[in-house]
Amino acid sequence: MNNKPKIGVYVCHCGVNIARTVDVEAVREFASRLPNVKVVRNYAYMCSDPGQLLIRDDVEKEGLNRIVVASCSPRMHENTFRKTLAAAGLNPYYLEMANIREQCSWVHEDREEATAKAKKLVYAAVAKARLLEPLYEKEVEVEPASLVIGGGIAGIQAALDIANAGFKVYLVEKTPSVGGRMSQLDKTFPTLDCSACILTPKMVDVANHPNIELLAYSQVEDISGYVGNFDVKVRKKARYVDVDKCTGCGICAEECRLKGRIPSEFDMGMGKRSAIYLPFPQAVPAKYTIDPERCLYLTRGKCGKSPKCADACTAGAINFEQQDEIVEFKVGTVIVATGFDTFDPTRKPEYGYADYDNVLTGLELERLVSASGPTGGNIVLGEGENAFVPKDIAFIKCVGSRDKSVGNEYCSRVCCMYTAKLAHLVEEKIPGANVRIYYMDVRAFGKGFEEFYDRVRREGIRYIRGNPSEIFKRGDKLVIKVEDTLAATPLEDEVDMVVLAVGLEPRKDAREIIDILRLSQSADRFYLEAHPKLAPVDTATDGVFLAGCAQGPKDIPDTVAQAKGAASSALVLLSSGKVKIQAQISFINENTCRGCGYCVEICPYGAIELVTISRMGNPVQVGRVNEALCKGCGACAAACFSGSAQQKSFMDRQILPQIAVLGVMR
Amino acid sequence: MNTLMNEELQDFIQKYDLYGCVQCGRCTGGCPVTVRTNLNVRRFVYNSLDQSMLEDLAKLPEIWDCTACNTCAVRCPKGLKPVEVLMGLRNILVVDQGVVQPTVRDALESVFLEGNPWSKPRKTRSDWMEGLEVRIAEPGEKVENLIFVCCTVAYDPRVQILAKNLVKLLNKAGVDYGFVGDDEACCASEVHHLGEEDLFMEMVEGNTELLNEFNAERIVTISPHCFSTFKNQYPSLKPKVIHYTQLIAELLEAQKLSFDREFSGKIVFHDPCFLGKQNGVFDEPRAILKQIPGVEVVEFERKRERSLCCEGGGGKMWVETESKKERLAETRARDAGELGADILAVACPFCVLTLDDAIKAKGLEEQLRVAEILEIIGDLVE
Repeated sequence: MNNKPKIGVYVCHCGVNIARTVDVEAVREFASRLPNVKVVRNYAYMCSDPGQLLIRDDVEKEGLNRIVVASCSPRMHENTFRKTLAAAGLNPYYLEMANIREQCSWVHEDREEATAKAKKLVYAAVAKARLLEPLYEKEVEVEPASLVIGGGIAGIQAALDIANAGFKVYLVEKTPSVGGRMSQLDKTFPTLDCSACILTPKMVDVANHPNIELLAYSQVEDISGYVGNFDVKVRKKARYVDVDKCTGCGICAEECRLKGRIPSEFDMGMGKRSAIYLPFPQAVPAKYTIDPERCLYLTRGKCGKSPKCADACTAGAINFEQQDEIVEFKVGTVIVATGFDTFDPTRKPEYGYADYDNVLTGLELERLVSASGPTGGNIVLGEGENAFVPKDIAFIKCVGSRDKSVGNEYCSRVCCMYTAKLAHLVEEKIPGANVRIYYMDVRAFGKGFEEFYDRVRREGIRYIRGNPSEIFKRGDKLVIKVEDTLAATPLEDEVDMVVLAVGLEPRKDAREIIDILRLSQSADRFYLEAHPKLAPVDTATDGVFLAGCAQGPKDIPDTVAQAKGAASSALVLLSSGKVKIQAQISFINENTCRGCGYCVEICPYGAIELVTISRMGNPVQVGRVNEALCKGCGACAAACFSGSAQQKSFMDRQILPQIAVLGVMR
Repeated sequence: MNTLMNEELQDFIQKYDLYGCVQCGRCTGGCPVTVRTNLNVRRFVYNSLDQSMLEDLAKLPEIWDCTACNTCAVRCPKGLKPVEVLMGLRNILVVDQGVVQPTVRDALESVFLEGNPWSKPRKTRSDWMEGLEVRIAEPGEKVENLIFVCCTVAYDPRVQILAKNLVKLLNKAGVDYGFVGDDEACCASEVHHLGEEDLFMEMVEGNTELLNEFNAERIVTISPHCFSTFKNQYPSLKPKVIHYTQLIAELLEAQKLSFDREFSGKIVFHDPCFLGKQNGVFDEPRAILKQIPGVEVVEFERKRERSLCCEGGGGKMWVETESKKERLAETRARDAGELGADILAVACPFCVLTLDDAIKAKGLEEQLRVAEILEIIGDLVE
């Protein structure tokens, strides 16, 4: 039946989306006169069941063997119609779509011109449809294991869900402990749950789960392969502590000569730690780590007569000879949950963050109000004799968010609520404190958020509408230069402490994962999801999913929800055990290939390699496509000098006639 | 009387991207003159959205309080330039309604006729050069540094010393330079700020043509106002534009210039808005001062990006603000006095003039003097 093409053309109205601008009847009439076209219909919604049934009936009754649907973008419904063809007993790749919506009716106003263009697009699609060839999808096995990158709440949740479903999980965390940003928080908005109390049980679950292999203080070095079959290489950094021996007793840190001299990352530099340390008391794993950049013995080869930590450790766990270890394993899916960095307020020098100790970031105040923080939960600024409890306290919102001047146009989504929460905690901890919040908009959009905002205001916290412009010091006081925009009054507000509600930014090292997994970034520089609405946890790389703030700023509930979504998407692959791979991939004609290797260089997926074959008895090099890795982007086909690289369904002999008819019509 | 075409009104919104404003208040919050005048630039942005109000807005006296320091534009999170809305309103008043204060009219007329706003004859522009060995650039001839003097420096006896000292330093360092000379005409920064946009465009065209004729690698300006205007408002100017502090810092760094004498005193540097805030040149002036042998360089609380405007720009040389409150320059002088500085150093001729007055007004002449960096270092080389 393939010998002579019998083409059916279906012109969709898309309600009025197409029909308003394109004269669909005229297009139908035009198409009926094209060669090889047997049936032409127009219909209100081709994607609907009755629409699809039209195609099936015609295939059966008229013996159609090629189908052209003139409707929306193939991105939208190509899959829908491929399934229709399959149900009608045709090879699904005998489908060609003419995009007369996104590329025509939606972008044009003149009905006559739009109709003429729609005709051209249909003509071109028919021209190509004649030359389509059947393609067959292949299936590959899925390795029943998952890699989760990042051990914050997103990574923890995703790992637990996958592990609970019975699959192996490798959870890789860069720092010595899982827990992430959430572990640094005192309370969580809007419920004021103690952050550690709800997080630590999950951290412990991760450590104890028989299906989870926790690789803390480790970094992913390389991932190769493809959906279902990723080969992962992880560097387990040397802790210089034998984790099998370390009991977490902490004597080493007590004895360390640098005790109390090194800024603690966990306490945002406000608390101090030793060179051998546990990041925070509830750290998981509860194993000590020696900071190789600080430790006297590791940096200078000498620590007094002998390293005091090693002397003190009764378990003999200290091992200065320890080396980084490379761990390799195979997984079927990857979840990227690498989180965020907070905005560095020195990039807005007008706020004086670099100059004044009593200008803090939200996360710094978070550590000050936390019972596990450097001040035991007391809000005290300054040290020794100069220590004081601030009374006049101002919060400034949108620092580094919604701000083109620092390149961050987006809203960070959490600052409004964490500001309200911190203001509440300050009011609670400092009786009689005068707390005001300078804002430009209050975004309390989540469940219970508006109620919390109401509550905080009624507690006596003043919301003043105006985004401050400058901070300087006058005597002991910080002066905030700001306009109360509702009163249209410029103010110089004198306060003791300013808290900058800094926004969320992509990790500074976000590029590393991009290079390893070939992810994309959206305009805000966070990792790009496959579709903003319908595939929010997927990426353009099959088998790789996103969770949490790596994809964009979000609060804890949203992060957990997305992590569960990512886990579920991964589980779809893991539990089915098989995955279909692209059929419209490239191939290289080994008889004509000159082996120049340009395609190897240009392939963004590393899917082509040069192999040696025998041609007329002579060994020659030719390119060969790894079908599992090829994503069908067509870069090789476009680049190939000899036309040997071709992409199925987009072969030169298929698309050149498609282009040619456009010339004929002009 | 409606003197504006509807189209012009529409353009006003487009030109200044008024719909982009979210009314956050950072502009007015940062505006330095709000402590002494009624100017609220955010409200002008807001009210300008109502086109029928534009002409009335243009008549409000506080639009003349703006010093064009640009803080509002630098801080705006949406990339708007509120200062330019005020300049647009001045343009409506001056050009469309023809309402001009006599001092402003004289300045604009002088720019038009004599190429400077100081009502001085064009032919005396280079008189300050008398008795000096000054190289003048020739059109077409290759020159590394084309020196642009500035009207104020060329004519005002208080600051002519800047140009003279620069010549001395350039000669000493063996720099490849040439002055623009008699044909030099006002950069028109102040014309723009006085609301005469047509004349401004004319001057931009004329100056661009003139300066492009020289085969210069870069233009070096003495005034930060010329520097900023050439850099940001002359789209077709070919050579790169730098401020003299950048050149001097470069010469010191390369050890082509060094100081022969020392100055043992305390210097505090005041960041000119057109140099620092608007163009990010903060380090070079400080680098120069710190190399003076024996000096102690101190800093204002409000320094660099947080520096306080002296109220010298934005046409304020010709328009007085009706306020009895302390001038910002006086605040600055007072702060410098409290720091115990001997010299309040600046890198801008306008700052010299405003701060000189302020020191007198505050009675601080005995303890403190204002000096342009060129004045200071000119004395330190043989």
